[in-house]
Amino acid sequence: MTLIATESLTKVYGGGVTALSELTVAVEPGVVGLVGANGAGKSTLIKLLLGLLTPTAGRIQVLGLDPSTDAAQVRARVGYMPEHDCLPPDLSAAELVTHLGRMSGLPRTVARERASEALRHVGLHEERHRPVGGYSTGMKQRVKLAQALVHDPDLLLLDEPTNGLDPAGRDAMLALVHRIGNEFGISVLVCSHLLGEVERICDTLVAIEGGRLLRADHIAAMTSATDVLAVEVSEGTDALATRLAALDLPVSRDGRLLLVPLADQGTYDLILGAVAELDLPLHRLDQRRHRVAELFAARESSHA
Amino acid sequence: MPEPTGVIHDIGYQRYTGPRLGRRQVFGALYLHGVRTVFGLGRSAKAKIFPWLVVGIVVMVAAAVTAISSQIGQRVMTYAQFADSMSWLVIFFVAVAAPELVSRDLRSGVLPLYFSRPLPRADYPLAKLLALATGLWLLLGAPQLVMFFGAAFTSDGMGAVWDELLDLLPGLLYAGLWAGIFASVGLLVAALTGKRAFAAGGIVAVFLMTTPIVGTLTILPSETVNQLAGLASPSTLVQGIGIWAMRDQIVTSLDGGGPDLGPFGPVYALAAVALIAACVALLLARYRKVAAR
Repeated sequence: MTLIATESLTKVYGGGVTALSELTVAVEPGVVGLVGANGAGKSTLIKLLLGLLTPTAGRIQVLGLDPSTDAAQVRARVGYMPEHDCLPPDLSAAELVTHLGRMSGLPRTVARERASEALRHVGLHEERHRPVGGYSTGMKQRVKLAQALVHDPDLLLLDEPTNGLDPAGRDAMLALVHRIGNEFGISVLVCSHLLGEVERICDTLVAIEGGRLLRADHIAAMTSATDVLAVEVSEGTDALATRLAALDLPVSRDGRLLLVPLADQGTYDLILGAVAELDLPLHRLDQRRHRVAELFAARESSHA
Repeated sequence: MPEPTGVIHDIGYQRYTGPRLGRRQVFGALYLHGVRTVFGLGRSAKAKIFPWLVVGIVVMVAAAVTAISSQIGQRVMTYAQFADSMSWLVIFFVAVAAPELVSRDLRSGVLPLYFSRPLPRADYPLAKLLALATGLWLLLGAPQLVMFFGAAFTSDGMGAVWDELLDLLPGLLYAGLWAGIFASVGLLVAALTGKRAFAAGGIVAVFLMTTPIVGTLTILPSETVNQLAGLASPSTLVQGIGIWAMRDQIVTSLDGGGPDLGPFGPVYALAAVALIAACVALLLARYRKVAAR
């Protein structure tokens, strides 16, 4: 089953601003990263997925349903975590999430049970009975996630879930999202302008820029066969580079590092052999995954 | 269901396979939540002070009226007159309740959480409007019930109770009219701003500032303008309909009293319907815009 499919999806706002243009993409269930700079059209895409906006042209499908005609059915199966602050400060997390659970059609007692379950899953326990106004940013983000989870959706739409969090909070939030996608059996669409963050937890990555699709693929497909070995020696970097080049290895310099594409296990032996022959102090030798950002950067520069 | 053991097991995430309620029940839940909010139930103690102060005042007035009536053996005021005389309290009640219902949600940005859920966009403002109208009707209707029971228990014979009931019903209808007009105007004003103080001020302004206009119109040298003057303010509009539809309930003094509507009674009724319809239409338009943000 396709999770989200769009076909020549275009959205032009009233003022003539084109937010999305001719976007065609299809993604499978799993954790999907939607990356793009601010203003790339991420939030517009989410609103189209929720049926809050209607497309100017093109088609869109979520969980096999068309949100512009079956909005209620789509929204019943989707949980949405907005980017901005959306929590009334004087309600407790438990009250708010229970109420929103009821708004999703859960019976009263079920809503209460599932609210405390959802809050427990995001890591809020006794503090859930305190007013949200006194929460830290990290706790508020968790409440926002819990309210998206309370009605047991099949798809979560998370708009910048790590916004405003410190590094530890980001890691915790990403781990939580990863857990939801892999252990809870709920597909997740994570929007972010930080590629490095999303690539850690996604199965699929969709990159948009200026309302156009940049690339959409499995993370594995993007990073496989692009692994490189990073070699660092305390001295004699140039000598080693010459030596490796002589061994027919396409070596490149990156500051103090030498980067050698990893062909097979033999590459290790060749490098170690060269280092040993030159009697250089080896500082490190490790396998480095190409970061997806580099892929996009390379692609963009080749376009230019 | 409570587990028989005292051990807490981490059972992991559980999918929900039970029933999901439809639009009607969700609307009902939102409506009931709204009615509770109007009276500060399920809210902080601070939010309860004002609504229950007003409720206390109107019930006490009703009890006092009942007591005096039974002492002197004749009616001090009719049920509809009671609603009229409490109107200024209703204005302040609306000024507190309407912002509590809608401005708070606008300010906290919680609306996207509603609109990303299955309930249709129009259901949110309609449920809130119905909740506010219900709250106002209860505020005006409950004291009338107090008066009714007071009168019923002190009167003699079933016939008297029946007469009393026949007086009560138009009173409750009249209270419903007050509630409908005040709720739709008040909620519309409150839905325009996320600042509760502004919303409260705006509501009081709409209801009180229009009274001088009525006053000015009634002294103009044209009889038609004088007779139509009441249309300029929600309060006098409601009173005008009362005078037209149930004159004997509103006007009890022997010298006639009350503003003269001339032949324009039905105009007042039409104006009320148009006012409510316009407010609802504007409210829905307002939330269409809010939801698309």
